[in-house]
Amino acid sequence: MNLHEYQARELFRQAGIRMPDGEVATKPSEVEAIATRLGGGVVIKAQVHTGGRGKAGGVKLATDPREAAEHAETILGMVIKDLVVSKVLVVPAVEISSEAYVGMILDRESQRPVLMVSASGGVDIEEVAASSPEKIRRLAIDPRFGLLPHQAMELGFALYDDLRHVRAAAKIMTQLYDVFMDNGATLTEINPLVTSSEGEVLALDAKVTLDDNILERRPDLALLRDETAEATSEVEARHAGLTFIKLDGNVGCVVNGAGLAMATMDLVKYYGGEPANFLDIGGSSNPEKVVTALRIITRDPSVKAILFNIFGGITRTDDVANGIVTALQQFKVEVPIVIRLTGTNEEEAIRILSEAGMTALNGMDEAVEQVVARVKEAA
Amino acid sequence: MSILIDSQTRLLVQGITGRDGSFHTQQMLEYGTQVCAGVTPGKGGQLFANSVPIFNTVADAVHQTSANAAVIYVPPAFAAGAIAEAADAGLGLIVCITEGIPTVDLLRILPFVREKGARLVGPNCPGLISPGSAKVGIIPGNICLPGRVGVVSRSGTLTYEVVNHLTREGVGQSTCVGIGGDPIIGTNFIDCLAAFESDPDTDAIVMIGEIGGTDEQQAAEFVAGNVKKPVIGFIAGQTAPKGRRMGHAGAIISGSSGTASEKMAAFEANGISVMERPVDVVHLVRERLGQVSV
Repeated sequence: MNLHEYQARELFRQAGIRMPDGEVATKPSEVEAIATRLGGGVVIKAQVHTGGRGKAGGVKLATDPREAAEHAETILGMVIKDLVVSKVLVVPAVEISSEAYVGMILDRESQRPVLMVSASGGVDIEEVAASSPEKIRRLAIDPRFGLLPHQAMELGFALYDDLRHVRAAAKIMTQLYDVFMDNGATLTEINPLVTSSEGEVLALDAKVTLDDNILERRPDLALLRDETAEATSEVEARHAGLTFIKLDGNVGCVVNGAGLAMATMDLVKYYGGEPANFLDIGGSSNPEKVVTALRIITRDPSVKAILFNIFGGITRTDDVANGIVTALQQFKVEVPIVIRLTGTNEEEAIRILSEAGMTALNGMDEAVEQVVARVKEAA
Repeated sequence: MSILIDSQTRLLVQGITGRDGSFHTQQMLEYGTQVCAGVTPGKGGQLFANSVPIFNTVADAVHQTSANAAVIYVPPAFAAGAIAEAADAGLGLIVCITEGIPTVDLLRILPFVREKGARLVGPNCPGLISPGSAKVGIIPGNICLPGRVGVVSRSGTLTYEVVNHLTREGVGQSTCVGIGGDPIIGTNFIDCLAAFESDPDTDAIVMIGEIGGTDEQQAAEFVAGNVKKPVIGFIAGQTAPKGRRMGHAGAIISGSSGTASEKMAAFEANGISVMERPVDVVHLVRERLGQVSV
């Protein structure tokens, strides 16, 4: 789960990371009041879950409170990469003399958290990584011992010459590691980490991605989820215990298991169709999940046919069949449904479906070919 | 023969009295797995299904039953602790079925597990089965057939789909291993490829990968240098969008890295036959085995 910058700043603040003051606002009048309180020039930053906010015009510098309010007027309501800006962060403008990068990621290969630092900050770090990887220092951290003081100092010296700056950066790296481990993050990042004209080392940006699996244990973090930034269908699916991702095609897919769901989408494409979604009903199938799945998919007007691909293991195929029959009693489905099911309790599932006037296919290829054909007939 | 588990495996079930644990223990017993102990704190002294003794701790269970492998069905909040307990009790193989364990929990305990010399399979995996001799986990026994093809996969039901094709056409399996869909896992493709390569009863290997990370690319390079047996590969997620987590926590394309096409190209460049569809597994296995025997 991605956090907004203002939320990430709160986690940074709790860990003691030095940052300029800042406040979040939803109205130009609030922005004006904050700018007055902070005094001097301010930066207004759109709070949306995407990079490239600056390029899109979502980050603006204002010299006084009146200009701050004007910029807020433009930025609030702005659409950046399909996302509407409903909040802005207002921070004091800082005179900076250098920009560095400090980030912590989950590294699958070393199976450790890895700290990455570069003196070339403020830009797209992926570009730096691709064009001049020697400019990035990486350190895999042993979670049993954490980031050791000498390791942090070594990385600090990779960024700065002035010992005061080195010490301050080393402290921030240790705090960034704490944010990562204490909150179950998969990414914590400061870009840029700056030195101000007063000689301070400060985090000018804050980025945190949390592991979805930590949220059950940490209701305080779960509260940070911004459902207005997500498609409503995806929110509804999550509340029902489904994983749903909307795509651009017209073949609706209902599958059990993430790998099989992806393979099903790929097979739709292989036979000349386009999947409308990824949908995993999960392992333990209760009929209610299937009803919600069908409700979400049929609401998408681009869906021209629906494919069920169920390989029963823990999932009982009769539960899925019951779910389909229940859904069709509750609401009308205007598009054709093609059902493939095999595995646990399939005789019972087939009986339930046939009593409701439906049939089920046994093979995945056969079912996908048929659903693609139905879509073409409808076109 | 097989890899990791066989009819000699003496299995201990952590979370044996829970909903999933009890259901799947029953299934494992019916399949013929030697389930010799269960562990649920507070239920020590009871019997599961009138036959399997339950203990309060893994250490007790190991001491009294000489169990040598564990399977874990405990909820995510307690799963990392259960893995550590099994490793501390000296079990050599630990299979963790639990889905939804926070990654930081795993980061913290993996060094401990390795220090104890244990092999962890999973988490968030369907476990493994050596058809005809033993199953540890949740893979349905009825879709498998004893034979000489090794299967290793990051997925659950997609594995069943592929194995089902093999079985229907009479191509049996030595062992099927689900390594799990999380970004941090105990056993990876290379571990399983190496084990299958040295197993005298495996003739060919099927590996089923998906988008996210670079495990498949590294496995492909390993195959080129170290595996003489034919390898057939599949990658799920050709149509997956970038930056979205496709169900499995590990199935996410970050930046331009971890795409299906990149992985399939790595397979092809290293002599792994690429399945376009799950059904292709049968003719590719036959084709590659034919080439070997000529």
